[in-house]
Amino acid sequence: MPLVLVGTSYQRAPVELRELLAYDPDLRRDALGRLSTDGAEAAVLSTCNRTEVYGVNPEPRELEERIYGELAGLSGLSHSELAPALYTVTDEAAAVHLFRVAAGLDSMVPGEAQILGQVREAYEAAREKKTAGPTLHRLFRQALRVGKRVRTETAIGENPASVSSAAAELAERVFENLEGRRILLLGAGKTADLTAANLISRGVGEIVVANRSTERAAALARRFGGRAVGLDAVEAELASTDVVVSSTSSQGFVLSAAQVARAMKERRGRPIFFIDIAVPRDVDPAVIELEGCYLYDIDDLERVVAESVAGRREEAVRAEAIVSEEADAFRAWQLSLDVVPAISSLRARAESIRREELERAEGRLASLSPTQRRAVEALTSQIVAKLLHQPTVRMKEAAAGADGVLYADAVRHLFGLGDDADPARKPRQ
Amino acid sequence: VTETALLLFWPALAGYAEAAVAYAGDTVRPGRLVRYAIWGVRLGWLAQTALLVAQAASADGFPWGTWAGSLNLFVWMCVGVYLIWGCRAPFRLLGLVVMPLAAVLLVLAWAAGGVGEPAGSQFGDVFLAFHVGLILAAFAAFTLAAALAALYLWQERRLKQRTPGVLRLRSPSLETLDQLTGRTVAVALPALTVGVGIGLARLESEGAAFDAIMGLTLLTWVVYAAFLVLRWEAGWRGRRTAYLALAGFLLVVLVRVVLTPFVHF
Repeated sequence: MPLVLVGTSYQRAPVELRELLAYDPDLRRDALGRLSTDGAEAAVLSTCNRTEVYGVNPEPRELEERIYGELAGLSGLSHSELAPALYTVTDEAAAVHLFRVAAGLDSMVPGEAQILGQVREAYEAAREKKTAGPTLHRLFRQALRVGKRVRTETAIGENPASVSSAAAELAERVFENLEGRRILLLGAGKTADLTAANLISRGVGEIVVANRSTERAAALARRFGGRAVGLDAVEAELASTDVVVSSTSSQGFVLSAAQVARAMKERRGRPIFFIDIAVPRDVDPAVIELEGCYLYDIDDLERVVAESVAGRREEAVRAEAIVSEEADAFRAWQLSLDVVPAISSLRARAESIRREELERAEGRLASLSPTQRRAVEALTSQIVAKLLHQPTVRMKEAAAGADGVLYADAVRHLFGLGDDADPARKPRQ
Repeated sequence: VTETALLLFWPALAGYAEAAVAYAGDTVRPGRLVRYAIWGVRLGWLAQTALLVAQAASADGFPWGTWAGSLNLFVWMCVGVYLIWGCRAPFRLLGLVVMPLAAVLLVLAWAAGGVGEPAGSQFGDVFLAFHVGLILAAFAAFTLAAALAALYLWQERRLKQRTPGVLRLRSPSLETLDQLTGRTVAVALPALTVGVGIGLARLESEGAAFDAIMGLTLLTWVVYAAFLVLRWEAGWRGRRTAYLALAGFLLVVLVRVVLTPFVHF
């Protein structure tokens, strides 16, 4: 049955429109109910970067219209207002699209990991609501497999894609992990805030906030569960700090190389990592010359991120090959569906002939013991199975090419199986 | 047995050489070749283990009493110690240092006749097993410590220079490398101490002469002892101790590869 995808993403729609088209779990459940009223299969993938509705129905045009109506109802916009932002993809192209989405190849940052969980949520919601039929089950399970394969077989998701995560990963190249480490925040800029949040998510132990304004320092310290100190106490704090994140608006250096050198003497060789996100810079660049001191400013971090994203793009080529391989497998599965009814009918017919013949021979078999009877049953079943094995295999093989339906029709004709097939089906050219 | 042993040498060498090439390739295209490298190490080491077993089975006494034989055993120990960490993803870069060295030393052992039928020795088996075994185990650990130290210096340099691609190659943190170097030396030094002690006791009882190898081995002991004392007492860490570990390793190379064939055996 035809597969239809109607959706939008950050490539087509600005955030204002994406907000209108976002589904929360309750809205999604309701939408699935509406989309599957006539037994159609449906699944809704909704993230901050995309909303996509997948459906399977014998009448794809009708389903597409229904999805348009659903999205128009959700956003409160008319069809004509929505149309430029929406894309419609069908059948194999829709499957390839979902595989690329699950692999993170359609994400803003290639290889972004969150999307795989969101695809899983979309699938789980459709399963719970029982709107995922054979095609969507197969499609989503395979999409999840593509996502996993891409992440295990390529390095697409290994390197950071933002300044804050690059800073945290660099810190982990100095210290094995950040659990229990002490972080000193100098200033309270937005990027420093993000970087601190990233470091906290990696389990840092204590956070000390130093700022010219003690009130702001105290407020930030409360937010991160740390303590506040004045800028005059920074040198003393350095002796017991592992990572310094600096983002003050000071016009001069807040930390001189001499101050750091004095602190390093007390550290007995323990390294210290400086993340200087301030412009102008807060930490004297000469600090890099000191043994055990590592310093990255905003330009350094951006270069690391650029290199990392370039690496992800290189890996994306390998990921595309995996997507293509899985798309072939999906296509083969879809094509095999064309011959399944013919195979089922053939097997049913053979089984019914076997039963009839056994019943007809009932009189002659009456004298057999139960063991002998079971042997006759097994023997006849084996003959049927062996006779049908080769035609079944051949039909499945042919299904992957263009001849599947021809084979199925020939089998129906030769064995007089009746018209159990879809009357609309025509041999593929 | 000699023929069997020789046959086992080739898969061992092939495994190590393949691992060395694959580790080098992995630095160009991270993540692709490392699996082949790890399997090369494992299969090569298994083949060499079988080779050593074959040698032990055919020998009357201690099978690795010659310089070349002990080099064969030394390579096996180095790769064995490396296998403890080397197969973990963050440590794959260690293979870049250890495996080419292992392949070259194995070829050297082969060229000098250390992988064929073992030659007899005038010394007692138990003495040799402890003396040679402990010293070789310590030297193998020092080799690994040197590889860890080299990796530390390489990684530290990249972090200091703020190389944009610093995150593209997975490697252990500086802290881990530093700690592992320290622990490896801390485990190896007592083994060297006992091995040297047994040798000196034997020297005294036999009334044999003190040679240059013994002097250099004692100097090696002093360097590694200084490594530990400075680390524990003076708080030396990182680059300084890494250089010290490499200095000690230079002495190990001098003792094992350069001088031993001419002086000690």
